[in-house]
Amino acid sequence: MSIDTTQQPATQGDPAEQPAAAPATKRLNTAKAMVEAIAREMERDEDVFVLGEDVGAYGGIFSSTTGLLDRFGPERVMDTPISETGFIGAAIGAATEGMRPIVELMFVDFFGVCMDQIYNHMAKIHFESGGNVKVPMVLMTAVGGGYSDGAQHSQCLWGTFAHLPGMKVVVPSNPADAAGLMTAAIRDDNPVVFMFHKGIQGLPWMAKNKRSIGPVPTGDHVVEIGKAATARPGSDVTVVTLSLSVHHALDVAEELAADGTADVEVIDLRSIVPLDTEAIIESVTRTGHLVIVDEDYQSFGLSGEIAARIAEHDPTILKAPISRVAVPDVPIPYARPLEYTALPTPARIKEAIIGQVAPA
Amino acid sequence: MSSRIDAAVQRDLYDQMVLIRTYEEAILREYHADKKPAFDIGAGLIPGEMHLAAGQEPVAAGVCAHLSRGDAVTATHRPHHFAIAHGVDLNRMTAEIFGRVDGLGRGRGGHMHLFDPDAHFSCSGIIAEGYPPTAGQALAFKKRGTDRVAVAVTGEGAANQGAFHETLNLAALWKLPVIFVVEDNDWGISVPRSASTSVANNAERAAAYGIPGVRVEDNAVEAVHEAAGEAVERARNGGGPTLIEVHTLRLWGHFEGDAQGYRADLEGVPGKDPIPTYEAALRKAGILDDAAVAITRRAASDTVESAIAFAKASPEPDPSTVRDYVFA
Repeated sequence: MSIDTTQQPATQGDPAEQPAAAPATKRLNTAKAMVEAIAREMERDEDVFVLGEDVGAYGGIFSSTTGLLDRFGPERVMDTPISETGFIGAAIGAATEGMRPIVELMFVDFFGVCMDQIYNHMAKIHFESGGNVKVPMVLMTAVGGGYSDGAQHSQCLWGTFAHLPGMKVVVPSNPADAAGLMTAAIRDDNPVVFMFHKGIQGLPWMAKNKRSIGPVPTGDHVVEIGKAATARPGSDVTVVTLSLSVHHALDVAEELAADGTADVEVIDLRSIVPLDTEAIIESVTRTGHLVIVDEDYQSFGLSGEIAARIAEHDPTILKAPISRVAVPDVPIPYARPLEYTALPTPARIKEAIIGQVAPA
Repeated sequence: MSSRIDAAVQRDLYDQMVLIRTYEEAILREYHADKKPAFDIGAGLIPGEMHLAAGQEPVAAGVCAHLSRGDAVTATHRPHHFAIAHGVDLNRMTAEIFGRVDGLGRGRGGHMHLFDPDAHFSCSGIIAEGYPPTAGQALAFKKRGTDRVAVAVTGEGAANQGAFHETLNLAALWKLPVIFVVEDNDWGISVPRSASTSVANNAERAAAYGIPGVRVEDNAVEAVHEAAGEAVERARNGGGPTLIEVHTLRLWGHFEGDAQGYRADLEGVPGKDPIPTYEAALRKAGILDDAAVAITRRAASDTVESAIAFAKASPEPDPSTVRDYVFA
């Protein structure tokens, strides 16, 4: 159990001064929030175990399992060979026998060596069995670029997973959601792909986003899969985004609010399967302007799907054509000026928002 | 023939093989019944690819004789013989092959995707990719402190896939209770083993992972039974995995509609049928006679025709349910 470090001790003071209704929280970075959520579920349910490359003594290359080996031992925190087809498949088999494995694919970019297990087995067994065999497991994987790791270690690829039926896909942007979505994913009877951006983990060896540390509820904390959050309410333009790009969008929104350019609403999708279409439509109906910010490739992906859902619902809710800020269908380049041209940077987001509110 | 085997076991092996063959012949009949005069793979009461296991009965019968329903079996795109030998519900399996609502997968799976959780039976239609989940089933059995085992089946063509080797390494490393079975029927569709495989037989590959490897020749059901018995006992006792390759026989085509023009040995194939061979041996040993054979065949036919009738009586799935079962 985690220790609550923030709850107020009972005092004789004025009850009005005590935040009695607010849930107790403690400040954690996203990586630690994931670890705490996993540890809590491992304590609660002995069928939960972790396996993957370097999840043991190393603690996960992006700190997603730090300390779990010491707490739960090598039977429940299993380092694997570099053998993604083998060990992801093993997680699938264990899940079909009622266990609840959490298996880490170190970089999502590595899905090419194991996708058959993921999309033909993990995602299809429940369907092919007519609902008779469940596959309750979490496939957690690091995504994203911005640190010159090149074209094979910097992708997001959530659109690829979301395209294929049978797996839920969650993409948290902050510590509290990372904990709440991890708890929900572990308890879900379906396979859930949990995609965490390296840039929000709060790693000491990578530039930290200022919101990569934040309050996380210390009690039982579940974020429902399939529900978007309004990261910032606004009335002029809706920015629909997820993961690290939420923070870029919030930074831009604050800047544009301060100088009076626009009052921007930022929707953090949090899940893309299922996608909270209702939340997107509700917001765009109010603002009439939509900017989609997606660190995945632009074509045939999430941004196009969101546009299609609005078009299917009622294209007349838009007062202007939508704007997309995504990776322009190039592999992620290595050299910094090229990479930061391809990525959805604050500058590109700002330009898109201004384009929406500028008089035609 | 081995003298170590009990006559009752011999009789069971024979009965099992006859049941499997009777089933495959019935599916063959039903599959082709309404695809005339021109063969159309998507037409008829049983549409789609159909991979029948006639000739490979000794492998399933010999291996599954050592298993109980708590043990897991993961078969291939050619799964009927292992499903039957492992005790999968034949009515629901047949209904699935016919694409009906009472099928194992309520018509969502088809003949390459049979899942019976009561018997811990699964399939994968992707070559070698049934191996990794089998290791996970074995891991679950081990974690829970049981003596249950998991059997993974592939063909010899699968032994050149990465999933095969990754799983052997993982199961050997973690000493998992797995029995890896390779059915060497000489052919990867049209490509002979000599053109696909760098070693004389795949049992040799076990050495690369530090586990026992056994090659059973001549599609001999009793030799399969003996090798599998040792492997299952080793796995149940914590001794880890074993690889067993059986040189078996693909009596018919890769799938129905395969004219097998590539197969130079075609004329000699019927003469290698393992069931008449085994029946003759058991007759010679005094274990079978005309009456016993008739009883076995009648019982098999009754069981199979009853399953076919069950399938035909089951409704087709309601189109409005097409989105069901994607998620739990």
